[in-house]
Parts: sequence; C-alpha cells; structure tokens
Amino acid sequence: MPQGELCNRKPIVTDEQLKLTLSDKSGKKYYAEMLELDVDTNALWATIQKTMKARLKTWLEICAHCGMCADSCFLYQVNDCVPEQVPSYKIQSTLGHIVKKKGNVDNEFMRHCMKVAWSQCTCCNRCGMYCPHGIDMGVMFSYLRGLLYSQGFVPWELKIGSGMHRVYRAQMDVTTEDWVETCEWMAEETEEEWPGLTIPVDKQDAEIMYTCNAREPKHYPEDLAEAAVLFHVAGTNWTVPSEGWEQTSLSMFAGDWECCKDNVNHVYDAIERLNPARVTGTECGHAHRATVIEGPYWAGREDGLPPKPYIHYVEWLAEALREGKLKIDPAKRIKEPVTLQDSCNYVRNQGLKDVTREIISYIVEPGYFVEMAPNKEHNYCCGGGGGFNGIGMYREQRNVALRKKMDQILDTGCKLVIAPCHNCWDAIRDLEEEYEIGIRWSFLKPLIIGMLDIPEGMRVEW
Amino acid sequence: MYELLTGPLLWLVFAISFGGLLVRVVLYFKGLSQQLDRVAYKAHLSYGLKGAFNSIISWLNPVGARAWRKKPGYTFIFFAFHIGLLATPIFLAAHNIMLQENLGFSLPQMPAFFADLLSWTVIVACVAIILRRIALPEVRILTTAYDYLLLVITVAPFVTGLIARYQMGDYQFWLLAHIITGEIWLLCLPFTKLSHCVLFFCSRAQLGMDYGIKRGGLKGSTFSW
Repeated sequence: MPQGELCNRKPIVTDEQLKLTLSDKSGKKYYAEMLELDVDTNALWATIQKTMKARLKTWLEICAHCGMCADSCFLYQVNDCVPEQVPSYKIQSTLGHIVKKKGNVDNEFMRHCMKVAWSQCTCCNRCGMYCPHGIDMGVMFSYLRGLLYSQGFVPWELKIGSGMHRVYRAQMDVTTEDWVETCEWMAEETEEEWPGLTIPVDKQDAEIMYTCNAREPKHYPEDLAEAAVLFHVAGTNWTVPSEGWEQTSLSMFAGDWECCKDNVNHVYDAIERLNPARVTGTECGHAHRATVIEGPYWAGREDGLPPKPYIHYVEWLAEALREGKLKIDPAKRIKEPVTLQDSCNYVRNQGLKDVTREIISYIVEPGYFVEMAPNKEHNYCCGGGGGFNGIGMYREQRNVALRKKMDQILDTGCKLVIAPCHNCWDAIRDLEEEYEIGIRWSFLKPLIIGMLDIPEGMRVEW
Repeated sequence: MYELLTGPLLWLVFAISFGGLLVRVVLYFKGLSQQLDRVAYKAHLSYGLKGAFNSIISWLNPVGARAWRKKPGYTFIFFAFHIGLLATPIFLAAHNIMLQENLGFSLPQMPAFFADLLSWTVIVACVAIILRRIALPEVRILTTAYDYLLLVITVAPFVTGLIARYQMGDYQFWLLAHIITGEIWLLCLPFTKLSHCVLFFCSRAQLGMDYGIKRGGLKGSTFSW
C-alpha cells in the first residue's frame, strides 16, 4: 500500500482529516498503516540534494568518531551508557546511512530512524558544545525529522500537532473566538479581585504585545489571568492579538517546516498589524525558540530577527522587577531551598542564563537558592523536550529520560523547582507522578503574584 | 627515483593537496545558507566573527573548552598527536634544507633530538588512540575500517621517517618509503576526512557564529562551546 488513509506523506490540512486522525485511539490504525507505507526514495534524495548544504555534509563527513559527544548526552547517561545512545552513532547510523544510500532506504529503516529521531534525541543541542569539530547533532536531528515527516514517518501525536497548527494555527483546537472569549472571561473573573484589570485585545501601539501557548487558554486559563495581573500591577500598556497569539510550534518538533513558516508569519503579521513597541511570550522555551530564535529564518527575514524586539517572559519579568514596576515584599520571599530548571531552548539557544538568576535574586531569600549541577548552558534537558513529552508510543523511554532531571533535583536537596518553561514544567510534573520524590514545581507567574508588594487599593481582599 | 619524487611529483602533490584544501574551504563557505542553517551571517557580522574567533580559540586551547577539561587523558593524547603531526614536518631540519635548496628560504629548524621526540610522540599517541578505539564501547561502535586506514596513512610517514633516520635496514629504501607515504598523506588531505585540517576551522567558525549571533551572543552571553 503506497499511502494510508491516516499515515501518509500528506500533511493534515482539513478539520475532517484532523478529527479522523484524532479518533484513531493511540494511533493504532495510523501505526498499522505505517508498516505498509512506501518510501518515495526519489523524493527523499531530491530533498537531500536540495537542502543538505555545506554545513551538514561536512559534519557528516568529518566526524572523527572520537566519542567525545557520548557523555554529553543525558539519554546516553540514563540508558546505562549503551553505545547505541552515543549522539554521533545515532546520527551517523540514521541520517548518515540515508545519505550514504542516496535516499535508497526501506520502510523498516525509516521506522527505525523515526524511533531514534523522536525517542533518542530531544534536540537539546548539548552535544554540539562537546564536539571538538563543532558538530551539533541536535541540529542534524531536526533536519532528519524534516526528512522523516516529508515521508510520513512521524509519531501520530506530532502528525496531529502539526495538523492542528495548519488547521487552527494553534497546537490545540482553539479558534479565534475561543481565544477572545477566554480573554474576556479571564478579564471578568480577575477584575473582581483586581479592579480595573483588562485583557485588551487588538490594541494598537501598545508597549507590549503578549503571545502564549495554546495549552494555556485550552487547559490553564489561569496562566493568562496571572500574566494579566502582573501586567496590570506593573502598569503596562499591553495587548493580545486576536489572531497570531499562539507562539508554540509542534510543527518544529514534527519537522513540518512549511507549517512552521506559516505559523510564525501569522504571529509576525499580528506584530505588523498592532505595531507594539515590543513583544513578549509566555513561560515557554520551545515557543520562544520557534517564534524568536528560529522563526525569523523560516520567515526569510534577512536580519534573523522578528519584526519588533521580542523578549522572553523571564526578560520582561526581570526588567519589571529591576525597574521597580513589580515590587516583592521581602517578608514573602521564598525561604526554603529552591532550584531552577534552565530551559535548553532559551538558555542554550539564546543565552538567557543570567536573567533568570536575576529574578531569583529578587524572590528568594539569600542562601536558599541551590543551583543544579551542571547548570546554565551545560544543564541537561528536562527529559521531555523536543516533543518527547507528548508521544505515547515512547512513554517508557521518556520516563527513563526523566531520571537525569530527577537525580539533578534530588542532588540539590530542594523540594521546590522553578520551571519557567511549559515543557520543563510538564516533564517535572510527570517525573513526580512517575517517581514520587516529593517535590513541587512552579512557573514564575504564580510565585511572583504570591509575594508581590501591592499598592493599597489595587487589590480587593475577599 | 628520488629526484622524481622530490622534484616534479612533489610539486604536483603540493598543488593537488593545498589547492584541494583551498577548494574545500571555498566550497564550505559558498555552501552556507542563511535560511537553511538559520544563522544571519551577514546581518550581525561583528557578533558572528567574535563568536567564530571565540569558538576556534577555545578549542585550540587544551583547557579552553569544557569538553577538553572533562577528559584530560584523551585531551593530552589528542594534543600531543596533533602538535607532533604538524610541527615535525614543518620544522624538521631535513625538510628545511630541501626547502632552502628549492625555494631559497627555510623555516626555523628544530634540533634533531626534538624532532625524534615529536615523531615518537605521534606514534605512541597513535597507538593510544587505536587502543582507546578498541577499549571504549562508545568509541568502538563509531569506529570503522576507514578510521584505522586514515590513522595508518597519517602515521606511516613518521614510522618510515624514523626507520630511515636511525638507518635501520636499507636507508635508500626507507627514505623513498618515507617520501612516498608522506606524499600519499598529502594527497589524502583534501579527499578524505583528513580535510578536517581546514574544515575544523570552518565548522568551528560556523558554530561559533551561530552561538555568537542567535544562540546567545546578541544577548551578551559568552559560552565556552
């Protein structure tokens, strides 16, 4: 069978196809069809010839096979150092093999590649920092994911995820109406406690345009309310766009580059339309990487930058605290050992390591902050990055992957973990569920709200 | 035979080797793609160059990168091997005499004792690299026959050179063997993985630019990548 009804080389572009794929519980039919899916070897090789340029070709060629990357990979470490988990081996035996064979590989091999690409690499880019030749296997795995996606060999959840982005321009089925209604609903609810609070939609020329992760309006609308409270207390002239508010990109995890471009352009259109001075997004790592760090290239922007300065939430927060727009009541500062999860996607991929620690300096009583080891740009992936969290078929491997973070957290002796990234937050929640080590975890927003020094009359106490 | 090998043939080898390496460098940079690599090379050139420089310097320094510091044993072997490999042929007295005779100039020469020591260092380090490849599972799984072949090609001029230098056996034979293996090594540079002698700098510069621009440089962060 060349192409299945659900598992095929065509992206999901209609609501019907999306619902049909979603109704296939756990992707049973989808994966059964994948067993029969033909590989279009000509198209595969043509894509490689067109898109594999000097950097990737050289990387595959000059890898010295020295094994220096082995220890750098947390998946190698938590899987008993089996040599099959050495980053260089993982990429040479998948992408390297496809290139060597000029795309002439079979279904079984493509399924093997899918497994390696989505369950043995989270594209955390740590190995790239440990290779003497500067070979970044994370970058190469992103590329391999693109090849696999184009051939239909992509995990069921990510096929759906990128389909969601294509159909709804959000990682979940949140329509424009749903989103605007959620904003209105949250504004009404929150205003009872915070008089004068609004969530302005489509306001022109604001100081800050705020974008978020579709999971927030869908499952955690309180996160939006918390953002609104902090903007309100800081006296920020802010807005959210009715369209182009979703900054995540499951399509980036899926390797659906066409969809990535479409989505990021949607956000950039909102920026052009509303003309804010700056933009900030929610506490999410991959969303920031997609919209701010990689997105400009998908959109073909020459300077590699979004249309307006686009900062991560931790940067906005640090600035508001630094400038005194948000004041912390010293009595309410955290007075228990607390540690911080560095998100690969904005620490290793954009250098935002000090700004999070600046926030810590305002909200944690001196002496209580405990660094993980290693940390900052050398920190390990939460264990669920790159889409790993959401893929049911690799749940077992993902649970093993969580052990690195578990050990790091246990070593700090802290019971509280600050995780200003959705994915890390989810992974840490899951690791507590799986291993029950007795920890709590939090985004920054609720913590900060709990310790604010609020001007009199701003908040109604019930 | 000696005249031919050290005369016209040597020039041909030099032309192919150095010309080929130059072509590799040019092709590398010509093959970069801002959109596919996701690095705005031109728009932030000063940040990019700073990152490129930082990256190269960090990795040429045995304590400059965290990866080197974490593996002191291998780092020692690695640097000893590469220093001997580069310094010996360039500063060897005999090579410089040839250079003087042919081109009328020569480079500083190292004492014979030092050249011997460096040559032995290359051989011992090469053996250590081979043993490491066999002993460590994470390196063994990556190693192919090609890796061993390249090590043999690389170390052969040193082995033959030392045999000739100590005048063991037929000097003329070993001298010719030294020249031939040396020329084979030079010819392999642009066409094999040994091209990393120049592509290392290209790749490091590229990743350095990536970090220097979008992955932290613009935010004022300096990584020891």
